[in-house]
Amino acid sequence: MKKIKCALIGSGNIGTDLIYKIRRSEVLEPVWMVGIDADSEGLKRARDMGLKTTAEGVDGLLPHVQADDIQIAFDATSAYVHAENSRKLNALGVMMIDLTPAAIGPLCVPPVNLREHADKLEMNVNMISCAGQATIPVISAVSSVQPVAYAEIIASLSSKSVGPGTRANLDEFTYTTSNALVKVGGARTGKALAVINPAEPPMIMRNTIYCETDDTPDQAAITASVLAMITEVQKYVPGYRLVNGPIFEGNLVSIFMEVAGLGDYLPTYAGNLDIMTAAATRTAEMFASEILAGKLTLKPVEAA
Amino acid sequence: MAKSKLEGRKVTFHDMCLRDGMHAKREQISVDQMVQVATALDRSNVPMLQVTHGAGLGGNSIQHGRAPATNAEYISAVAEKMTQATVSVLLIPGLGTMDELDEAYAVGARSVHVATHSTEADTSPQHIAHARKLGMDTTGFLMMAHLNDAAGLVEQGKLMESYGAQTIYVTDSAGYMLTDDVTDAITRLRDALNPETGIGFHGHHNLGLGVANSIAAIAAGASRIDASVAGLGAGAGNAPLEVLAAVCDRMGIVSGVDTFALMDMAEDIIVPLMDHMVRVDRESLTLGFAGVYSTFLLPAKRASARFGVPARDILIELGKQKMIGGQEDMIQDTAMTMARERGLLDAAE
Repeated sequence: MKKIKCALIGSGNIGTDLIYKIRRSEVLEPVWMVGIDADSEGLKRARDMGLKTTAEGVDGLLPHVQADDIQIAFDATSAYVHAENSRKLNALGVMMIDLTPAAIGPLCVPPVNLREHADKLEMNVNMISCAGQATIPVISAVSSVQPVAYAEIIASLSSKSVGPGTRANLDEFTYTTSNALVKVGGARTGKALAVINPAEPPMIMRNTIYCETDDTPDQAAITASVLAMITEVQKYVPGYRLVNGPIFEGNLVSIFMEVAGLGDYLPTYAGNLDIMTAAATRTAEMFASEILAGKLTLKPVEAA
Repeated sequence: MAKSKLEGRKVTFHDMCLRDGMHAKREQISVDQMVQVATALDRSNVPMLQVTHGAGLGGNSIQHGRAPATNAEYISAVAEKMTQATVSVLLIPGLGTMDELDEAYAVGARSVHVATHSTEADTSPQHIAHARKLGMDTTGFLMMAHLNDAAGLVEQGKLMESYGAQTIYVTDSAGYMLTDDVTDAITRLRDALNPETGIGFHGHHNLGLGVANSIAAIAAGASRIDASVAGLGAGAGNAPLEVLAAVCDRMGIVSGVDTFALMDMAEDIIVPLMDHMVRVDRESLTLGFAGVYSTFLLPAKRASARFGVPARDILIELGKQKMIGGQEDMIQDTAMTMARERGLLDAAE
């Protein structure tokens, strides 16, 4: 069966883990990995896994896009270079999946709004943050039952799974995620908290979701909706698990989750990284299926 | 004869009643009460006092409790009444943001504890740099210091110093450190940090060592000590400031505070303000014994009442799981899991 060819930009942990996930896909094929350091471990690993590589950044990829029929690119670099990467690749008709906090394109949480983005032929979608991917499906499950005045999430991440980029820019993480709880989760206001725990052995990613409903919560309907949503997320993140709740106290709904990764390249405790690569892959697969079915044709985006 | 080997040593006290004390009051101190307490501290010549939600800027939340007023309302009400004291705030990256620091500065805060877990200093560079840019007195505050060794604390302190922190704190959030641990950590920091960088100590009284550890810190080179009048703070409270001041007077350590005024304040203002006696009791002693974040005390008691698992058992389990400050959600989660294991919770719940 024909597959849609993909490029991975950024040769770090996320990029490497993406290779594993994309290789397993029935509709995607990893072809290029783009880095900036010829001697990097990530590029070497990509070569060993049979990918073509360049150490010249996105410019090193551009001349090969047409010949190699690259149609989807994943960007796991940083918010600062994403805009430029996206502009150059969109101009060649390549669709971008953005794993940085740049958020140029619409925010995407697969079980909540992926279909909508595919229908609109978006050329750039943003994957928000690990905490966003892990909590927004649950908030959406509650807000689809009845109005949520306020959603608050706490993401506990193991110290080893949080890279220097996130550490140096924690405010960005806070703002991006808080905003997405509202825009995608459907709460009227939202707040995201992150805690980095250094315990050894490393703790598995935990997420607590609090939703305050306007009216008395419909306990049965909310519980059913949350459980159904968890099943949806488990389709691409099998280690997405309810630990406790939903538990109700007045208008407060509390849900306690855990995310174990698949352990492809990243260790299983790093569910926070895994849920990003899994969600990004899921998103690309939806677009790829539409392209393969002839329902979607990617077109070059003229530079503004 | 000299009063002690430390006679003539200078120390700056930083009162925590209106920040750490918020935890002991379930975040329910009113603006008027804050002004009353701050005014009494200012009159007693306490040079610095911290004013925010217990979890600092951004603290108002389901996770950390909602205070009756915003941080900006508290800070501005207090700051305009101060004649000599500096108003400080707490900022924990991941919870508080630089926007909130800007707001605190605008209403009168001039000093900040930028706080991270004792191994995660590299989550603070942008906040420390931003505080310095605002011209604030800036402290790097290494929480749960007992979960790092002295060499590790030095490494983390050097990082914060490199971001611009002017003072590095050893923060014994669990009240777990023994006096020798404090001496060792502060001595090593004093050796490793630039001479112009100050060192601070923030203790909790869970093992009854708040005052002794503070004196040990001063002896090892700390020049700033966090304490609170009558110990109003999380767990068994902070080092009680009026007691520390009295000990310093006897030893000839110079703080500039009015010890009798603080004694009066403890008796007449702070103790009547308490919802429960802040002291070493079964649960707060457990914090110090097991190395658990002091703020977990009251939420653990609430979870105990709700799910039927003794608070001490919950706290011991949280210590085993190495939960840290900010993970208050894990108290209810852990209590529910324990209750289920003990057959106290309906499986459907």
